[in-house]
Amino acid sequence: MGLLSKKDANLILDPLADNNPITIQVLGICSALAITAELKASVVMSLSVLFVLGVGNMVISLMRNIIPSKIRIIVQLIVVATLVIVVDQVLKAFAYELSKTLAVFVGLIITNCIIMGRFEAFALGNGPWKSFLDGIGNALGYGVILIIVGFFRELLGSGTLFGIPVLGDPIAKTGLYATGYENNGFMIIPPAALIVVGIIIWVQRSRNKALIEEA
Amino acid sequence: MGLKEKLHQFRVKNHDKKWFPVFSGFHTFLFTPNEITKKGTHVKGADDLKRTMNTVVMALIPCLIFGMFNTGYQHYLATGEIEAVANGFFSSGFWTWDNFILGFSKILPLVIVSYVVGLAIEFVFCVIKGHEIEEGYLVTGMLVPLIVPVDLPLWMLTIAIVFGVVIGKEVFGGTGMNILNPALTIRAFLFFAYPTWMSGDKVWVQGAVDGVTKAGSTDAISGETVLGYLAQGNTETLAQKYDLADMFFGFIPGSVGETSTLLILLGGLFLIFSKIASWRIMLSAVIGSLAMGLIFNGVVSAGWIPEYSKFYTLMSFEFWQHLLVGGLAFGIVYMATDPVTGSQTNRGKWIYGFLIGFLSVMIRVFNPGYPEGVFLAILLMNVFAPTIDHYVIRGNVKRRLKRLKNATIYPKTSGEVEALKTETV
Repeated sequence: MGLLSKKDANLILDPLADNNPITIQVLGICSALAITAELKASVVMSLSVLFVLGVGNMVISLMRNIIPSKIRIIVQLIVVATLVIVVDQVLKAFAYELSKTLAVFVGLIITNCIIMGRFEAFALGNGPWKSFLDGIGNALGYGVILIIVGFFRELLGSGTLFGIPVLGDPIAKTGLYATGYENNGFMIIPPAALIVVGIIIWVQRSRNKALIEEA
Repeated sequence: MGLKEKLHQFRVKNHDKKWFPVFSGFHTFLFTPNEITKKGTHVKGADDLKRTMNTVVMALIPCLIFGMFNTGYQHYLATGEIEAVANGFFSSGFWTWDNFILGFSKILPLVIVSYVVGLAIEFVFCVIKGHEIEEGYLVTGMLVPLIVPVDLPLWMLTIAIVFGVVIGKEVFGGTGMNILNPALTIRAFLFFAYPTWMSGDKVWVQGAVDGVTKAGSTDAISGETVLGYLAQGNTETLAQKYDLADMFFGFIPGSVGETSTLLILLGGLFLIFSKIASWRIMLSAVIGSLAMGLIFNGVVSAGWIPEYSKFYTLMSFEFWQHLLVGGLAFGIVYMATDPVTGSQTNRGKWIYGFLIGFLSVMIRVFNPGYPEGVFLAILLMNVFAPTIDHYVIRGNVKRRLKRLKNATIYPKTSGEVEALKTETV
């Protein structure tokens, strides 16, 4: 990577795997469970968090020396709320149907633990460029898991990807459905996301034993 | 050198190989190992895990065989080929070869798939972990075919078993470590994943689903369960179709092995007398379901609920008849008493069992979408069993400490006694 120094690159690459916000730090689980029944919603949610976390981290980092530490949580909330409203309005203007699917969960990005966590843990102590990279990295790590979960849940639960039927038509019984295959209704309900995330954690930790916590 | 001796030497020679647990499992399954303890004195109980499991499987066999006859009986009854039987449990119209052959041909594949898939997973995990084979799947493998509708596609059963055994048991560390009953996990997965195959009026009679999918077929048949009738408020049709003896003997539609309360009762007594299952859990679960039933009956007779309410029919169902229909009796006898997932302490068993019965009837009545609430109630209580035990043990410690404080302890000096008395929990 000529563009970034090795240290900076690690800020982006670490959260993708070995320090993933969902599978290692177990943050941001609520939205991962709620909106991953469809791949499209997962992608849009990831992009929203990418914007909010990247910009938010940078803004907080720029202000870090002038925020009195007693009221820093309130200031952080104002920053993140402003950004979330921007995202919400953009979605309502350009992707109205989708914003109805995501409903309250765009607004709930405010309470996403990853965002406040990165503000507190990173942006308050580092410069804007690094904070921006850290925000992007963590949002990508979050997005990767969301998209993996969304992929399996939509494929197995509805037989579609991005709303496009890939396994055939379940009513006319074409494609895979002609053999008697049926969609798995369990994958559509939120507990399935918990189990899929659990399986991802299982696979990740059995590939990299260093990640296993001591009992 | 005999075969037994050869196998033993083979065993000794290869004990560090990766596939050794598989061989060892088959070996001890087929032969009693002739190894003896060399040093020290040991007391060995004859009731090892294998025998415990086999006893439960034996208690399940009557239900399985009855289920085979009943599958055929319900099918031919629905198609109108035979008349309903009316002469008690041993009526000749029920115990016919035709009934048995149809049921046998439909249920045997379920049993085979259940055991082959489940044991294969068990073997794979033993090889990965380098453990001895655990016999835990023997009972689960027999329970699973008994608690599903007979027409369930085998690939669905396969997926559910993989899910139930891996997520319900192996991730927690295998036999003896699981929080949830694997057989019920399998049923819950099927219920939420493929609801059209697990509830409704088309799944409980063999061939009913085919009758629907065949376009223009005139022999579309249906068989609603007793609970299904009640959930729709059809008491008249129910009374015409089944009387109490039918419900008790099990001549009603339902999952393969759960219909005959009589045989479940016999199996339960067998398990109690062989001291495999806890009579405390069974008794308290029965009491719990009767209590909830009585409360509902009381609400109805007090006139607190109008007749047009969707709960009216199920609430006014005689409290003790809840035990005769659906899977409640089966769940209480064979599932709630699972020693791994149930409560361990005696007082805990009373609480655990009571709540299972209580919640089962509650779910049954309040959610007509889940007429079979018993599996959800047992799974919920499985989760709470360790908490119940924790508080029972804490209470016991407290009581004994209190006794200690009030006791006079002779050989100790007064200072030591004072120290004991001021000690708190």
